[in-house]
Amino acid sequence: MGLSNEIIKNKLTEKFGDQLTGWEEPYGMLTFTAAKDINLKVMQFLLDDAELRFQFLTDLTAVNYPDNKGAELAVVYHLHNLKDNVRIRFKVFTDITKPDVWSATALYSTANWMERETYDFYGVNFVGHPNLKRILNVDEMDYFPMRKEYPLEEQTRTDKDDEMFGRNTPVKKYN
Amino acid sequence: MARPVQYNIHQKPLETPYTLGEAPEGVKGEGFFATKLSDVVGLARKNSIWPLPFATSCCGIEFMALMASHYDLARFGSERVSFSPRQCDLLMVMGTISKKMAPVLRQVYLQMAEPRWVLAMGACACSGGIFDSYSVLQGIDQVIPVDVYVPGCPPRPEAVLDGFIRIQELVGKESIRRRSSDQYKELLAGYGIQ
Amino acid sequence: MSEHIKLPAGSLEKQTTTLNLGPTHPATHGVFQNIVELDGERILDAVPTVGFIHRAFEKIAERRPFYQITPLTDRMNYCSSPINNMGWHITCERFLGIQTPKRVDYLRIIIMELARISDHLICNSIVGVDSGAYTGFLYVMQMRELIYEIYEEICGSRLTTNIGRIGGFERNFTNTAFEKLEKFIKEWPGVLKEFENLFTRNRIFMERTIGCGPISAERAMNYGFTGPNLRAAGVDYDVRVHTPYSSYEDFTFTVPVGSTGDCYDRFLVRNQEMWQSLELIKQAYAKVQEFKGKDAEVYHADIPEYYLPEKKDVYTKMEALIYHFKIIMGEIPMPKGEIYSSVEGANGELGFYMISDGGRTPFRLHFRRPCFIYYQAYTELIKGGLLSDAIITMSSLNLIAGELDA
Repeated sequence: MGLSNEIIKNKLTEKFGDQLTGWEEPYGMLTFTAAKDINLKVMQFLLDDAELRFQFLTDLTAVNYPDNKGAELAVVYHLHNLKDNVRIRFKVFTDITKPDVWSATALYSTANWMERETYDFYGVNFVGHPNLKRILNVDEMDYFPMRKEYPLEEQTRTDKDDEMFGRNTPVKKYN
Repeated sequence: MARPVQYNIHQKPLETPYTLGEAPEGVKGEGFFATKLSDVVGLARKNSIWPLPFATSCCGIEFMALMASHYDLARFGSERVSFSPRQCDLLMVMGTISKKMAPVLRQVYLQMAEPRWVLAMGACACSGGIFDSYSVLQGIDQVIPVDVYVPGCPPRPEAVLDGFIRIQELVGKESIRRRSSDQYKELLAGYGIQ
Repeated sequence: MSEHIKLPAGSLEKQTTTLNLGPTHPATHGVFQNIVELDGERILDAVPTVGFIHRAFEKIAERRPFYQITPLTDRMNYCSSPINNMGWHITCERFLGIQTPKRVDYLRIIIMELARISDHLICNSIVGVDSGAYTGFLYVMQMRELIYEIYEEICGSRLTTNIGRIGGFERNFTNTAFEKLEKFIKEWPGVLKEFENLFTRNRIFMERTIGCGPISAERAMNYGFTGPNLRAAGVDYDVRVHTPYSSYEDFTFTVPVGSTGDCYDRFLVRNQEMWQSLELIKQAYAKVQEFKGKDAEVYHADIPEYYLPEKKDVYTKMEALIYHFKIIMGEIPMPKGEIYSSVEGANGELGFYMISDGGRTPFRLHFRRPCFIYYQAYTELIKGGLLSDAIITMSSLNLIAGELDA
């Protein structure tokens, strides 16, 4: 019948051992955490292995966990094996002061813009990316807006009555 | 193509017939009609407005529905939509304008020749809409002067036609000297436009 | 020269021409900028810029409870907004472990397939407009008006529908809605046949689009293409078949697949998908009519903690009022966890990745937007082609700016 989460997990632990942690299966999708330096090796293995064949990178994004000191940014990869119809997710945590992660553009061309978007929103520096510039925001922006510490609304409006919107309390700071 | 186009199953007859062409006030005689120049010019201008559809998002699709045969905009004289700002009269801004797009919008407005009018269609163009975020311009009247605002998200094509008819009224009643008046110059100076 | 169009250095001295296909296109596609290097009319290179309609959906979604996110999803792919809405509701249902009754699933399928037809109509008729044939656009917009009327019967609005609730619909489909649906089923084949007659074997159209912007299946998969663009390249990946949602597995339909991935194949695949959508609508409608009596009154799952109560109860009874308030403001039991769920949007796999920490609003909500992902390949598709082919390629890819920049 093909690939089950057990087989994938066994193959991965056989190859990478305890560099992969945090094994879970929320809603049936196998999820694990890999160390920052081996993210390309894991993806290469998942791509090349004759049985695993995760040849489709569905999604690449990041999450900001401001309370995890030392691992505030997580880059999340979703891979899909089209032939056996299996999806897998893995995360790579990195520090916010030095958020360097190896770029997956050489493996999947689709990672190009997804990494630019992640850089634009969170400031994750993808090492080896051909063109890491801002993509969705204005080029002159000097902060990374999706991080939790920054507010949603623009701050220059003078016509909104903060009292009516319950915004008398200052924005919760995470650091 | 003869296909009966009637989806409305509860028909209501028109109460008062709508007429488009009403002659301006003037002196009539055998073979002549004397009136003010601004009325004649206004009448000609208002029935042949060439819009520039500056469509960015969802309101653009409602504009496409407006241009199609069901809610035909060409009935009101806008048979030819021009996509070049140098050839258009009315700038219809449809959709969200973000801060990245605002300089482009201003550039397009500056390229238009007088007399020019602006119609802001949709909640996003009028005031930022539901997107109260760091990247959306909260209303295009922060960068260009607007004549008519059509609210809605998206406004129904009938609402846009209502806005268009108001533009027509503005065009028809405009004084010839308006564009060189001090008040207008002050308005443009307020936006930083010479 | 205007300061916001940044041309590369030395661009005025060289032999090739640099052309700015600026953000203000002739209205129909949305705001994309491409700075192309031309040698005569042949394209040597193109640098795309996106983000002209970035509205920060993901940041806004962190501030809003479930039901307040539905209007945001509407405005992503606004040509087929019911699919986005229902994709989001299906994600929430999977997250909360809610099972919807069959009648709801079948009604959802009807609406989603109508939305798919609506989106493909825009795309195909605009390919026609861009190659010079305006008539097809006018003919099919009348059918879209009928689809809009069906939406209006159910949810009240035409384009950005905000249709449905978690667990079903907000009201049962009225008899008028079913009458309009029957009218649609009767008239649609004639219109589509007429539309195909105008384009499919039209020599001018074929010569314009065959061989224009082709992509191979391997490159398409590597670029992350999904939806009709990938199927035109030869890979039969359709989320409705791979991970069936909303009872798609109860129906039989074929997934059309092309071979070369050029504009003509994309056009044909979309046309064929519209025929298949009609099949699905007919089968779903037949199944809906089999429900009789009490079953025919079912239009939502029985989940009072997540489903807004009826308006007449909200205005008269206290508990319903309280439930209504709590559900809208997000004071509902939310488990902690993360989920990735996807539906087959009109453009491809529309995915929702949500992480919830048990609070009122999602901790992180990421939309996997198919347009954003396949627009990366645009440079590769148009290199070496003519400028007019670049325009047709852009419109045949079905780029919706709202989805691209969300």
